Amino acid sequence: MAGSAASRLTRTTRSQRGTEELPWVRRVLIGIAVAFASLFLVLPLANVFLQAFSKGVAHYFGALADPDTQSAVLLTLTIALIAVPLNVFFGVVAAWLISKFDFTGKALLLTLIDLPFSVSPVVSGLIYIVLFGLQGYFGEWLLDHNLKIIFAIPGITLATMFVTFPFVARELIPIMQAQGSDQEEAALTLGASGWQTFFKVTLPSVKWGLIYGVILCNARAMGEFGAVSVVSGHITGQTDTLPLRVDKLYHEYNQAAAFSVASVLALLALVTLGIKTWLEHRQTADFARAQSDPSAE
Amino acid sequence: MSIELRQVSKQFGDVRAVEDVSFTVQEGELVALLGPSGGGKTTVLRMIAGLETPTGGDLFIRGQRVNDVSVQQRNIGFVFQGYALFKTMTVHENIAFGLKIKKWKRADIAARVQELLKLFGLDGLGSRYPHQLSGGQRQRVAIARALAPKPSVLLLDEPFGAVDAKIRQELREWLVRLHHDLNVTTIFVTHDQEEALEVSNRIVIFSRGRLEQIGTPREVYEKPSNEFVARFIGVLNVLELKVQDGQSRLGELSFPAHGVPEGNTLRIGFRPYAVQISANLGEYRYRGTLKHIFFLGVLLRLELETPSGLTLRARIIKEEFNRLGISEGDEISFQIREYRVLSREGDALTQETSVAQLVSLAEGI
Ligand SMILES: Nc1ncnc2c1ncn2[C@@H]1O[C@H](COP(=O)(O)OP(=O)(O)O)[C@@H](O)[C@H]1O
Ligand SMILES: [Mg+2]
Repeated sequence: MAGSAASRLTRTTRSQRGTEELPWVRRVLIGIAVAFASLFLVLPLANVFLQAFSKGVAHYFGALADPDTQSAVLLTLTIALIAVPLNVFFGVVAAWLISKFDFTGKALLLTLIDLPFSVSPVVSGLIYIVLFGLQGYFGEWLLDHNLKIIFAIPGITLATMFVTFPFVARELIPIMQAQGSDQEEAALTLGASGWQTFFKVTLPSVKWGLIYGVILCNARAMGEFGAVSVVSGHITGQTDTLPLRVDKLYHEYNQAAAFSVASVLALLALVTLGIKTWLEHRQTADFARAQSDPSAE
Repeated sequence: MSIELRQVSKQFGDVRAVEDVSFTVQEGELVALLGPSGGGKTTVLRMIAGLETPTGGDLFIRGQRVNDVSVQQRNIGFVFQGYALFKTMTVHENIAFGLKIKKWKRADIAARVQELLKLFGLDGLGSRYPHQLSGGQRQRVAIARALAPKPSVLLLDEPFGAVDAKIRQELREWLVRLHHDLNVTTIFVTHDQEEALEVSNRIVIFSRGRLEQIGTPREVYEKPSNEFVARFIGVLNVLELKVQDGQSRLGELSFPAHGVPEGNTLRIGFRPYAVQISANLGEYRYRGTLKHIFFLGVLLRLELETPSGLTLRARIIKEEFNRLGISEGDEISFQIREYRVLSREGDALTQETSVAQLVSLAEGI
């Protein structure tokens, strides 16, 4: 105990000395970070757009107008439209349970929520193959009842939901835990039912966190490749989502078209980042206002 | 009667937060739940409100058993320790919340909120958010919100805990006036004995989940039912005396043996006001040195030291102090006008904080 405390102490002193006495180290580190970010993030992103327009504007829009690409856009939107609301619902319920109630199995639920983050997306996809594939546990039953999950929209939706499950819950849990249950209890004493309390008190007070979680969840739902790739079956014009379409076009040596479609995804990412930054700004502004209380009576 | 607890208990796992507590609160009373932190005050309040279910005993509100009545149906106004204002709502929306839930007419809600804003000195603050208010204003919003739906009972958990000392005094007086004007049955929790003595009609004293005493401020101060209460309410000098030759002694102080056998101990307690002081060294039977003088406004607290090194606390009013013309370091004589026997050795209960058996022998010497 004493030893670890002592080593922690020396570590902090050393790092403080590092930032205080050696400003050049800091500058070098910042330089490395900026160079790294440019090389691996900005350049490739710029390249996506360069490549997309490499054969001209007409070709760019032509690639986007391709019926198979259009179908991929439609599929991606459909999946997101199903997966995101469902995950918002499950995420909110899970976060609410975890932060406002004590029950056995709470730790297990928390671990399960994190599972999709810790498991490779490919494995996430394979889980559904094992369950619902032709050779899977429910494969025969599904075949008998003429239901198609794998290599169809339900499978893609399930895989997407699995991968994007943690976003909303993970965003809400710390906020809800920090707020405690006081406001909810106040609402109850004023006669509000559980539902009224939830919709009028709990939900509004986690608004920003929720929007943030939804944005991230949506971005991932539209961009997911690995898990979806496993369960989709890659049927052109039917089960290809946007990321799969990009991949396919690329492997068909249709580089310009691949990058055109990729630019749509890249644009989506940029918009997400923009909204995320704006939200964080709003939240900080709210927080700052909450801090500067006028305490004059 | 408005509220009655009959042998109410609450256990959280192994923790017995409240044990076998019974008391009643009359319609229109202003009652303080007083006790050290962790004593179970909040838990009692939450059980009355319906936020916690008793694990034993019965709870009545206006004669109706409410153990199984939900919190929503108890029609109780609750003011939380941290106020728990709805932070995404304005002051107006906060106060209107309970009325909207109870489906009041829009015009009635507006009128009621205006009335309360005015009554609570919150005019013009209706459109502010909680974070734009001072501590005192927040507290008043919390009380206004609780009172808006015209509850039959108002419960407040440490209502003055979160505001600074100066405002606290104003708020106390304000709560007394408010209670006087509205006459709603009110129970408030506090760990501050001064606050309880000043504000309430009656005080319920708790420690470690048990009820120690219930009575008017005067009763609990003048006739504490045990040593815990005596020490908790106001200041108490406690002496542990040895019985020798039919007298109980400690240093130069001696008292009757009160039936305690030779060689055994006797504990007595006396209030600072029971110590009489004179500048004339021959006037009273004991000698002492005036170690410290604390000015508390109209009252002064004195610390005496006897030649054998005992420290006693005394209290006198300013006029008396001026008349005596004494100052720190002076030799004085004193006597103890009245005291109580707290416990005798051999009695089952001699622990300091246990519910000591009371022998109420206030005797002059
Ligand atoms: N929800 C709870 N779970 C477990 N123990 C609790 C809970 N609430 C209160 N207690 C325990 O009950 C005892 C009384 O608490 P409380 O009523 O808050 O006391 P007070 O308000 O007098 O300070 C304390 O020991 C506290 O730790
Ligand atoms: Mg408390």
